Amino acid sequence: MCGIAGLYTKSPALEAQLGAQLSRMLEQLSFRGPDSAGVAFYREPAPEGWCKVSLYSAATSQDWDELAAELALAFGEVSLPRVRATHAVFVIEADAEAAEAWLCEYHPELRLMSAGSSIEIYKQAGRPRDFIERFELEQIGGSHALGHTRMATESRVTTQHSHPFWTGLDLCLVHNGSLSNHNRLRRVLQREGIRFQTDNDSVVAAGYLTWRMREGATLEQALEGCMEDLDGFYTFAVGTADGFAVLRDPIACKPAVMAETDEWVAMASEYRAIAVLPGAEDAVLWEPEPGRVYSWGTAPVA
Amino acid sequence: MAATDATRDALESFDLAAETVRELNRRLHERTATHRARVLNPGGRHSIAVGLDGPHEVEIEGHVGYYCAGMNKLATVRVRGNCGVGVAENMMSGAVIVEGSASQAAGATARGGLLVIHGDAAARCGISLKGADIVVRGSVGHMSGFMAQKGAVVVCEDAGEALGDSLYEARLYVRRSVASLGADCVEKEMRSEHVEEVRALLGRAEIDDVDPADFRRFGSARNLYHFKVEHLGSY
Repeated sequence: MCGIAGLYTKSPALEAQLGAQLSRMLEQLSFRGPDSAGVAFYREPAPEGWCKVSLYSAATSQDWDELAAELALAFGEVSLPRVRATHAVFVIEADAEAAEAWLCEYHPELRLMSAGSSIEIYKQAGRPRDFIERFELEQIGGSHALGHTRMATESRVTTQHSHPFWTGLDLCLVHNGSLSNHNRLRRVLQREGIRFQTDNDSVVAAGYLTWRMREGATLEQALEGCMEDLDGFYTFAVGTADGFAVLRDPIACKPAVMAETDEWVAMASEYRAIAVLPGAEDAVLWEPEPGRVYSWGTAPVA
Repeated sequence: MAATDATRDALESFDLAAETVRELNRRLHERTATHRARVLNPGGRHSIAVGLDGPHEVEIEGHVGYYCAGMNKLATVRVRGNCGVGVAENMMSGAVIVEGSASQAAGATARGGLLVIHGDAAARCGISLKGADIVVRGSVGHMSGFMAQKGAVVVCEDAGEALGDSLYEARLYVRRSVASLGADCVEKEMRSEHVEEVRALLGRAEIDDVDPADFRRFGSARNLYHFKVEHLGSY
């Protein structure tokens, strides 16, 4: 069992409260996933020609300023690191692939949580409440966000094994469920050049989406492909630069509820996580149908 | 007796923004005489009004989470909102009325009583039904009536895929389309006693805008659950 939450804002007033509202949703989902928690925020897009990366360091005393200096030497301009607990976000005058390649080569001890224009990923093993407080989640604004509370069934409880999983530029995946054919699919994807940072089942679904979209599929087509190629149970939420998409497997053992008001669109594993949002009592509510892709924001990423 | 009448008429309010579900259920379980209760701010919480065992009337003002009114006996529970997974699961008797929609496995394994859903019910409505009756004013999702043994499911709109898969002796009535039938579920003749059964159930559900004669009946072909020696090799 895990908990998923997604929140997409339709008003600037709510954008400022995005982290506060998502935190309330995550707290309601804590009992579905007390092991670990994570979020992906979409906010403050990097300027044209720049990229944004989120990094995690397991070291107790990471010198992020030193890394910023190194990045500046390698790429030209770099923003001051914005540090949250064990994570830091850098905005770099480089394209994301170049920054990713440089970080993998020169700092293999760091974990690249995400890269893109607007995505920032933060996650941590441990109770969701501790995560919310330590990362000061309630202070973070943005256009939309996904969150996850984890109850591990397939792999270890570590920060790296936590969701969301970055799946390519500005894309990420959160998963409630379990996949049965992930080991075989992982080998197939590895032969296609997809790299995996952990041995989770969910990370294979993320890698699968990355691969399908690299081969030219739209996000919607890639998600529809999941129904053919993934064996197991899932409710997925996928974050994109512009919005998010939701898919439940055709058997639909894993729950999901959606809601919409004039101010926001939300999805969650359970209604109780939506009930805490402002105006929830007047929201249009529905249960997403099994095997159907739902998406918000502008057209899904091509 | 005046005291009894007073107890009967008193409407006790519970506010789940201030009290816990555990406290609510404990107080409902303590009542022996007929009792009327109103539950405010349910906020999607799980297990509201489960295990009631008395002719109480409970009204819940909003959306509830999982297993609302599970194991209900004698009580009438009305939800003025939507329900999460497993509303009225294993109900024994009484009635559960949902004014909104219900998530999956509504009325699962219910043995008696009446479950009415005025909106839609999601997948697996009436799974393993064991004698209760379910009336859904809207549609039901896939695998509804799976392995249902006894009782009736009345669906006023559409049924999803694999209706009545591996069905035993429950009776399924659908007014509009059926996406597909599950293994061993077949359409059967709608005779006058079946129209009367649907009429009676709609009446009990207080649904008066559909015609009982418009329904189709589905039941078990009885090929799957009877042992047949000639099929020995395929078991």
